[in-house]
Amino acid sequence: MEGPGMTQDMNSFPWLTILTLLPLVGALAVLALGGRNKALVRWTALAFSAISLLITLVLWHSFNSAADGFQFQELHAWIPSLNVSYRVGIDGLGLLMLLLTSIVVPIGMLASWQIEQRVPLYFALVLMLQTCLVGTFTALNFFHWFIFWELALIPAFFLVRLWGGSGSARAAMQFLVYTMVGSVAMLLSFLAIFLTTKTFDFTELATLAQNGTLMPAVVAKLGWHLLTPGHVALVIFFGAFLGFAVKVPLFPFHTWLPSTYAEAPSGTTILLTGAMSKMGMYGFLRILLPLFGAEMQRVLTPLLWLAVATVVLSAYTAWAQKDLKRIFAYSSINHLGYCLLAFFAVVKFTGGDTALTAQKFAAMNGIFLQMFNHGLTAATLFWFIAMLEKRTGGMRGLDDFGGLRKVVPVFTGLMGIALFSSLGLPGLNGFIGEFLIFKGSFPLVTWATSLSVIGLLITAIFILGVIQRVFSGPLKEKWAQLPDLTLGERLSLVPVIGLMFALGLYPQLILGVVNHTAIQMAIHLRNF
Amino acid sequence: MLAWTIYISFLGALALLLLPSRSAALVRTLALATTLVTFAITLTAFLQHRSGEMFTVVDYPWISSMGIHFSLKADGISLTLLLLTGVIGVCGVLFSWDVDHRIKEFFAFYLVLIGAVYGVFLSFDLFLLFVFYEIVVIPKYFLIAIWGSTRREYAAMKLVLYSFIGSAMVLVGLIAAYVVAGSRSTSLGDLAGYQYSPHFQMWAFPLVFVGFGVLAGLWPFHTWAPTGHVAAPTAASMLLAGVVMKLGAYGCLRVAMTLFPLGLAPWGFHVLGLGSWRDIFAVLAVIGILYGALVALVQKDFKFVIGYSSISHMGFILLGLMTLNQIGLSGAVVQMVSHGILAGLLFGVVGRMVYSRTHTRDLPALGPMHLNKALPFAAFTFVIAGMASMGLPGFSGFAAELMILIGVWHSYPTLILFVGIGLIAGVAYIWRAMQQAFFAGSTPAASVAPPDHPLPPITFPEKLGAGILICSSVIVGTFPQIFLNVIHPALNSPLFQGLRKGGW
Repeated sequence: MEGPGMTQDMNSFPWLTILTLLPLVGALAVLALGGRNKALVRWTALAFSAISLLITLVLWHSFNSAADGFQFQELHAWIPSLNVSYRVGIDGLGLLMLLLTSIVVPIGMLASWQIEQRVPLYFALVLMLQTCLVGTFTALNFFHWFIFWELALIPAFFLVRLWGGSGSARAAMQFLVYTMVGSVAMLLSFLAIFLTTKTFDFTELATLAQNGTLMPAVVAKLGWHLLTPGHVALVIFFGAFLGFAVKVPLFPFHTWLPSTYAEAPSGTTILLTGAMSKMGMYGFLRILLPLFGAEMQRVLTPLLWLAVATVVLSAYTAWAQKDLKRIFAYSSINHLGYCLLAFFAVVKFTGGDTALTAQKFAAMNGIFLQMFNHGLTAATLFWFIAMLEKRTGGMRGLDDFGGLRKVVPVFTGLMGIALFSSLGLPGLNGFIGEFLIFKGSFPLVTWATSLSVIGLLITAIFILGVIQRVFSGPLKEKWAQLPDLTLGERLSLVPVIGLMFALGLYPQLILGVVNHTAIQMAIHLRNF
Repeated sequence: MLAWTIYISFLGALALLLLPSRSAALVRTLALATTLVTFAITLTAFLQHRSGEMFTVVDYPWISSMGIHFSLKADGISLTLLLLTGVIGVCGVLFSWDVDHRIKEFFAFYLVLIGAVYGVFLSFDLFLLFVFYEIVVIPKYFLIAIWGSTRREYAAMKLVLYSFIGSAMVLVGLIAAYVVAGSRSTSLGDLAGYQYSPHFQMWAFPLVFVGFGVLAGLWPFHTWAPTGHVAAPTAASMLLAGVVMKLGAYGCLRVAMTLFPLGLAPWGFHVLGLGSWRDIFAVLAVIGILYGALVALVQKDFKFVIGYSSISHMGFILLGLMTLNQIGLSGAVVQMVSHGILAGLLFGVVGRMVYSRTHTRDLPALGPMHLNKALPFAAFTFVIAGMASMGLPGFSGFAAELMILIGVWHSYPTLILFVGIGLIAGVAYIWRAMQQAFFAGSTPAASVAPPDHPLPPITFPEKLGAGILICSSVIVGTFPQIFLNVIHPALNSPLFQGLRKGGW
């Protein structure tokens, strides 16, 4: 249980358990309030998420960014017969994801303010989703990590199904079945690993993998004689890989995403793109990277092709869309594709070349930043779309609008900022993640990075296209009376937009906290 | 003290029959009190006997000339299953609160059934076990034939015939075992200790295993189960799928596998890639998992979906038994508990909450009723039960299936892929049924006019029953250690020594 360099900063107060359970308590409170006073329900839910944000900021402040290992750890025996302990802790990555979650959830709630049907159930489900997200980002033992990973599907499914658009039944079902298939494959792989190692603990498994003993032991244990040992290792890897590839998503396992994002109510889409999609990438970093580095190196070229396809094809498809939500759904796939590109670049075997090692550190930092910044930006973009839907009675087609800057200048300005951030304009938060990714990946996997630049170009084109089609051009008569942002909306947007500028101009705010973890993760790869 | 679970159940049944039938409330209360008392006894025993080792409850000589004793014992496995029976017993009464036709007889048969089930789980003498096993069949028949629904007489008769054929096979095996061992004792311990010749075990094992397996829903002897469960009234379905099918699995483990462990050994030759009875039953179990799930996927009758899902889940239990390692066997026992709880929940929702109000189980017909708005508690309960049933972590099904899967990886890695498909199919049929029954056409945009005759709301007994079962599933799912603490010592006891020689 004692991983290398475990910090002495084991804060005895169970912060992480509280952070996990608090939204659940909020969900029960909200359900108990009932549906008569909708405003009370909404504010109560928002209050709970605000408290979560506060706690996360406290953790952010007391986090020791120079320490190895996990902090705020809690350890309790749970199921000794299966060698399962309740172990939670966070490093820089986990903390970053917690911060993202605690920002995205209130945004999602605010964007859902106009929902009128079954309000307590809606906000209860959102809070339950937050519990599952926090649980996933803090768990250090596969058993209860998997519990939260799977449980998250339930509120997500119902949020899409019950408040979604006309195609929500099919979309929700597709989302569920896809994710479940991936999860079952992942579970089977992990059970094979457990059978060999008798442990579900992430740190122990990572240590075994680092020593090079993990996969050979698994292969020996399974004793499949029809396949070579190498192939058996790949099969086990593929099972685990599938679970995460569906979630990120990686082409071609992405087809569930556009419909689900589009059919979900915008407040839910915010949660899906802002936080849930990061679960997949987190899984890549927390689980696949330490355990399956060698297997990934063997199939690196196909993986890189998939990453490039994810980046480029999704950008093209986004360009062709006419529904604002679908545009940004495909754009989400594109932005996370960059993370995958950098991830596979880090995995590549470089034999200890120090210059390339530095690039790997840059790429890792880029992945972390991109995860956070994309979450923030995408959440904000869908928030703006929600505001637009609220004012126009649900319209969100690209051709429905035009010339809005004349009527809603403040809205135009702020959404413009978010759009430019998504485009990757320097000075805004979206730039730095992409910059580090490209800077780090280019020397490592030049061909793949070069091809991915196409994605950047196409993204620029379609985002400028959105700006032009929605905000410039002739104004349609029916939008002449469109109300601009209310005071409440402006006040709630200010911190978010401010954060975009702050992170764009001073990324050290985040880098300072996560850099050490990024480096550690890259170094601990065997054969890196 | 555990013997009182049997006695009180039978006494309760007797008392009910003697009661004046005018007071329905009194009948129900008495039935509930009886089941509560027996549940309390099982719970106390479970909490008291933490070591999980076998202890004697009662042991009287009965027919000494033949070596038959009235011998009741319990170990960790029995305690777990007794606890399950206790919980399901109580919840079955709660879900049957609305029965108004010949209430006295209904609950009397119900209590006899529960008493006999307790008897099977407690019996250590094989003759006694067989007697209780047969007693179980009689109330089953009447419960289905009198209070059942679709094709009840046919279903009841089919169920009884299959049960008797299975029991006959078991009887032949047991008599043979008794005679070969010298006709001295029918105690399980004595006969398990006797070294039967490998040749004898090689035919006795499949005979007894299949005999018990019929009741456990072993494919292809399972066909009585969906028909029977669908026809049965809710409480009977809960008991049948939840507990009585576990009698079969229990018999497989406790009797067949301990008496004739060498029956599981390899034959030395292979037929179609199968080299032992163990291989055959493992494959049949997997077929059962897949068949049950895939057939459930195409059903139009809501209750048939649940009926076939029971076959699928029992397949997991039988597969776990065939892994012959500690984790697979423990997983099988936990799955017995888990499926008992979840079958109870699922039948409770489908039979009691939905069918008794809507008078239809046809999925296409239920859709337009917008049950998630009309019966939100039923929808909620079905979602939870469905999630648990498909193995969602946090609930009992996941803990059990996890252990079974690890066991399968160890013993039958080639079957893993099929089991994985079975898991996914499990997700599919549950969500399909849930979708069609509760959430068809359900978006806020679709404005639903309130129905002319709103369905009666869910009553308190139903909520209580559902609540108990949900909590039980969560407890088993999050703290399986409680049960593993008693199951593991039981599996390591001398009784299972012959099995352990296979090495675990």
